[in-house]
Amino acid sequence: MSDGLSRGKKPDEIGALVTELWKEHMQHPNPSDVMNKDIISHFVLRLVYCRTEDLRKWFLSMETTLFRHRFRLESLEVQRMLMSEFKLPFKALSNSEFEAVKEKLGQVARSINQPLPTVDSTIFKVPFEEVPELVAGRRVYMLKGDAYVAMNQVASLVVTQFRSHLSKALVLTNRKWTSMIQEQEKDRLTPIVEALSSSYLGPDYSQPKEYAEISIKDIDRVANSSFPLCMRHLFDKLREEHHLKHGGRMQLGLFLKGVGLKLDDALAFWRVEFSKKVGTEKFDKEYSYNIRHNYGKEGKRTDYTPYSCQRIITSTPGVGDHHGCPYRHFSEENLRAALSKMGVSSRTADDVMDKVRHRHYQLACTLTFEAIHSCSCDAGINHPNQYFTESQKILQQRSQAAE
Amino acid sequence: MTDKGNNGVDEMQVDVYTHEQRKKGSIPEGFNADYLKLYYAKLFPHVEIFKWMSYGNDGKHPARDTSYFGRREFSFTLDNDVYLRFQSFNSAAELENSIKEKCPFKIDIGPVYSVDPAKRHAYAQAGDNVFKPVERELVFDIDMSDYDDVRYCCSGADVCLSCWPLMTIAIKVIDFTLREDFGFNHILWVYSGRRGVHCWVCDGRARRLNNEQRAAIADYFRVYKGNENSHRKVSLAGPAMHPFISRSYADVLKLFFEEKLLCGQELLSTEERFQMILDMIPDESISGQLQERWKASWRPSMSKEDINIVRWGQLKHILQSGKQKAPVLRRCVEEIVFTYTYPRLDMEVTKHMNHLLKAPFCVHPKTGRVCVPIDPEHCEDFDPTSVPSLAELLEELNMAGSSNADSGWEGTSLAKSVSFFKSSFLQPLLKSCKVEMESKYNDAKIQEMKNSMSW
Repeated sequence: MSDGLSRGKKPDEIGALVTELWKEHMQHPNPSDVMNKDIISHFVLRLVYCRTEDLRKWFLSMETTLFRHRFRLESLEVQRMLMSEFKLPFKALSNSEFEAVKEKLGQVARSINQPLPTVDSTIFKVPFEEVPELVAGRRVYMLKGDAYVAMNQVASLVVTQFRSHLSKALVLTNRKWTSMIQEQEKDRLTPIVEALSSSYLGPDYSQPKEYAEISIKDIDRVANSSFPLCMRHLFDKLREEHHLKHGGRMQLGLFLKGVGLKLDDALAFWRVEFSKKVGTEKFDKEYSYNIRHNYGKEGKRTDYTPYSCQRIITSTPGVGDHHGCPYRHFSEENLRAALSKMGVSSRTADDVMDKVRHRHYQLACTLTFEAIHSCSCDAGINHPNQYFTESQKILQQRSQAAE
Repeated sequence: MTDKGNNGVDEMQVDVYTHEQRKKGSIPEGFNADYLKLYYAKLFPHVEIFKWMSYGNDGKHPARDTSYFGRREFSFTLDNDVYLRFQSFNSAAELENSIKEKCPFKIDIGPVYSVDPAKRHAYAQAGDNVFKPVERELVFDIDMSDYDDVRYCCSGADVCLSCWPLMTIAIKVIDFTLREDFGFNHILWVYSGRRGVHCWVCDGRARRLNNEQRAAIADYFRVYKGNENSHRKVSLAGPAMHPFISRSYADVLKLFFEEKLLCGQELLSTEERFQMILDMIPDESISGQLQERWKASWRPSMSKEDINIVRWGQLKHILQSGKQKAPVLRRCVEEIVFTYTYPRLDMEVTKHMNHLLKAPFCVHPKTGRVCVPIDPEHCEDFDPTSVPSLAELLEELNMAGSSNADSGWEGTSLAKSVSFFKSSFLQPLLKSCKVEMESKYNDAKIQEMKNSMSW
């Protein structure tokens, strides 16, 4: 499922995926065994994924997605029952209340291509805090702090409750684990739990390792040969305008850290560029702190990890920003121009655009990689630093073979 | 007469200093530690800020939380760019003394944490976020430099009366929506001192929102997507617009676009400018038609009507004539208006509880102007170029003489701002805090009684 999400699959595709995976892994002739398998595996996962903030976040995201799709597949009765079990503070509208807001409800429905509500539809009045997803998407009518939610949007309500409930449970599980169970179970469950969680998350590139670290004099060369498009764009803009806004500084800065650029070199690199626009004094005052912060040398000393594709794709670049994923955030015209600058033929660009249209941004990037390096990349790109590493590997192999 | 754009409070009060008299003073404009020291000594409204941040917990009510104010983070930026975070105080006096002593160039306000920020390290060992924000106003930050691609009069850090209407629009749209759609009542708008405005929503319900809910509100307001890397910046496709969007358009955006910005910014007067707008029309035959027409024509000077208005009329006529059936064209006019007017928020400021935001009544180091409140009811009258500056205020203090040694801001140009802050914002807020505290207290009492009776 994680794979499906990162490849940008649409909701109904995920739904189909869920059904398929369910059939494959959870089937059993005896229905109560199916339920047991379901319950047991959930709690095992709770144990495995409660132990750090990142693990919890990942698990919550997956489990919530799964819940959302399973909920959708249930009948209306079951859905209503679940809603009352969660004790949701919703109130169905009376007829007179409905009449008062009917027109506005209709307008909202039309704005999101949903059927118009009628006197018979059940509409709930809910404090907006309960349905952040619907509010964010402007999918509900809002009046004095209440959101007017249609029956078919109810999944969102329940999912939010589920997520909050699970989130609290995970924190409690972690407390118990660290205070008691981990020690008690050190010969039995603990080794299993620890092994299970590391096999799912890919490398996070927080500690650049085997490949050669790069220095400032290498940067232009490797940017040209091995940076993925998102980082090339940021890099080029930085060279061009001698400035990047915060989002861009974070995305590129952390990437460079992951690629092996040492703190001193990073400071020198950013300084050279920024001082052309704002002067060295201002750079030292206002920007160098943040760079050191990224390397874990300031503040709470968190060593920040470079952003994965998923994070970059879901970011929201605004005016004056150049971060984000070009396959998602660029117009077709600009993307084609950027690809051509990278040396991608127009025929390959057509394939890339096809992937983009289907919202498979990472596959689009993988295609680009394959075209530029004239070889296939079976693993698929899901992290800019992975792109860089793979690229460098190939180039080094070739230069060694040539010697 | 000077006009600070506040509502009709104290209409009978005579302005002691005219704008001209203020200007003639002997204190040069500027911003420095000496001026600031005087400002904090005599003018900064320490007590009002304390009362605000206490939300009624500084009174005598039995339900008060005496630890509340002490759990609020303040951060000071000092003269030498030293940055002091996690400052906290247990009383008005402590806050005031620290400000006077340290003379911060900037004061930021952070969230209320679960424990006193000064003691945060003790709790870090326990792990699992025991030290975390528990309350924080819902805040918005709107910065004029985010509109650089749609204003021609200034760019970057400058603002003038031609582009300020963009801020007026932002205030009107956001203020109305926060009250009408979200039901918030205690909203403070503040001039940021240079090129933007901040908004503080202080209802209890707002302060208790978590990050996800704040992000949802920020996204509710988000209409503008993309930047120079992707064409279409506003997409209003769909058979209808959400009521909030259509209302904002009809009540605010359209009006301001057609009556202020079109001419004020001369949006269609030159080829470079009108091309930007024509590029937003997805039908090349239409945009080509207009382009030809406008390139060729230059109205003779006897025409009375402004060329921008004439051209906008032509554009609207073609796009809205009813002959256009294509869905992308249906909303083209609205999309253009939105692009040039709709509020542009800094999402990150709103989304995170722990984001620090500058305190009202600070002085902006680059302009010397005070961050004064703006009355949303009369925001169209607000003039950023005549906001009191530090030097002006000190001059007024001088002229008032030693008889006024203790009354501080009274009698200066700051008086209107402080009294507006108190009467329109602080008093109603504290009143409702009291009501909230009462009802929470009564509910707890009733629960107690129930518990003791129920066995």
